[in-house]
Amino acid sequence: MSLKIKTIGLLLALNVANVQADTPSATEMWEIIQQQQNEIESMQGAGKSASGASRTTLGGYGEMHYNNLEDNDGAREKKIDLHRFVLFFGHEFSDSIRLFSELEVEHALSGDGKSGEVELEQAYVEFDLNENMQAKGGVFLLPVGILNETHEPNTFYGVERNPVEKNIIPSTWWSGGAELTGIFGDSFSYNLGIHEGLNTSSTDKYAIRKGRQKTSKADAHDLAATGRLKWTGAPGIELAATVQYQENITQGDDSDAGSAILYEAHAVVERGPFELRALYASWDLDGSGPASIGADEQSGFYLEPSYRINAEIGLFARYNQWDNQAGNGSDSEKKQYDIGVNYWPHPDVVLKLDLQKQDNDSGSGEKEGINLGIGYQF
Amino acid sequence: MHLLKFTWLIALMILYTGALSARGIYQTSDNFLAGIFKQKTPPPQTLWLTGDKKKTVADILTHDYPSLRVRYWQAGHLSAWILDETGKERPITVGIVVNGSAIETIRVLEFRESRGWEIRHGFFTDQFNNAQLTDKNRLDIHIDGISGATLSVRAMQRLATLALYLDSQITR
Repeated sequence: MSLKIKTIGLLLALNVANVQADTPSATEMWEIIQQQQNEIESMQGAGKSASGASRTTLGGYGEMHYNNLEDNDGAREKKIDLHRFVLFFGHEFSDSIRLFSELEVEHALSGDGKSGEVELEQAYVEFDLNENMQAKGGVFLLPVGILNETHEPNTFYGVERNPVEKNIIPSTWWSGGAELTGIFGDSFSYNLGIHEGLNTSSTDKYAIRKGRQKTSKADAHDLAATGRLKWTGAPGIELAATVQYQENITQGDDSDAGSAILYEAHAVVERGPFELRALYASWDLDGSGPASIGADEQSGFYLEPSYRINAEIGLFARYNQWDNQAGNGSDSEKKQYDIGVNYWPHPDVVLKLDLQKQDNDSGSGEKEGINLGIGYQF
Repeated sequence: MHLLKFTWLIALMILYTGALSARGIYQTSDNFLAGIFKQKTPPPQTLWLTGDKKKTVADILTHDYPSLRVRYWQAGHLSAWILDETGKERPITVGIVVNGSAIETIRVLEFRESRGWEIRHGFFTDQFNNAQLTDKNRLDIHIDGISGATLSVRAMQRLATLALYLDSQITR
């Protein structure tokens, strides 16, 4: 019995000794942990580049508005509108070929008799030609104005987008076609594109905004070309100019209308808490049809100074003036004054309040009141 | 004829812009560190993000840091950090040097986004010089943004803030 116990004890001791010999020291253990961490990180990195799922990105933005406006006939408009709900989908096919898309629901409901729309505002494939030049094909936002390409609600002041870019440029404006983008020098970038043109009509008084075809079986008899040059050579400053040529703004349907040229220039100057945005845009339409009602010239501008009190709160004022029939002496000029505040509880979330007042030469359709909004992006 | 001229114009632009750089590697990490430490780059050290550090880092970035530890290089009062952060879709790699609790240098080492390349310029990065951390873990200076590059600018601000915070957590 005693011999058995001694034998077992000896075997146990030998086993413990063996285990101790196999156990790494604290230094060795630390090295093992570090090696394992490196392997984990390397596997994570490999997964990112090899997995299709990690090459696909999702983003979006949205905004809801409350408008309480009264016109000069005493009619009051009160409405709550989920103005936009937008999803971005992107995918990297390779390091040099990628897809970007933007799917939007406007005004919450779409369909027959509904006030909203489902719109595909961007859907293009972009190719890197070299490190400084890309080519894209598909549906893309046209490079014109301040808001047309960057219009997430937390990036601008005012509940509604400004009426000059809306009615003159006209934002948001997208087209199907092809575009080259790139940089040169240290601070210049450019865009050159050929894309679907406008298709407006005399029934719509040749209003530019009515001519957007939105790449929905768009008439492509007469294309358009757009070029933009942008300078961003100092912090907080952007200077840009766009020229666009339309071969025929009625796609040949109206013999009294013809080609058109858009000129647009803007400046964004940010200095500490102060920012100034200024934009001018003007259309020149050929043809006796537009000239007969003064629509041969459609132009406008706005000035928007703002002041950022801190990271969360900013104040702004804006003066807007535009005219879609500026080519004759009719009382078609419109002015709008806005003042308001943005509150950002998070950089990607914004609450907005502004007051607006309109002053139209025609004396009608002037809307005055308050707008509230909430928006986000991710 | 006009089409031919247009084609030549595009070809010339491709050739010209091929010599410049928007996307890509501006400087390797090794070169950046060699420049900072005068060719005597110290061995890397590791800061583990545990407990409160992990939470604070997530607050600064507005998302979790993708690793449990951060590598850094230290010599005297200098600490150097090479960090990644996504602007809109792709990570931007940035080298940051902190000297005595203030940013001494910040450089974009690799830029992979399709927009916002202007953040690489000295006129932008120089604004971060001497920035320090406030009690609320924010930068104590205002950074003028770049129109159209908002997300890249914000990524740089988050990384600058993160480097200052991490520097405050290492032992000397």
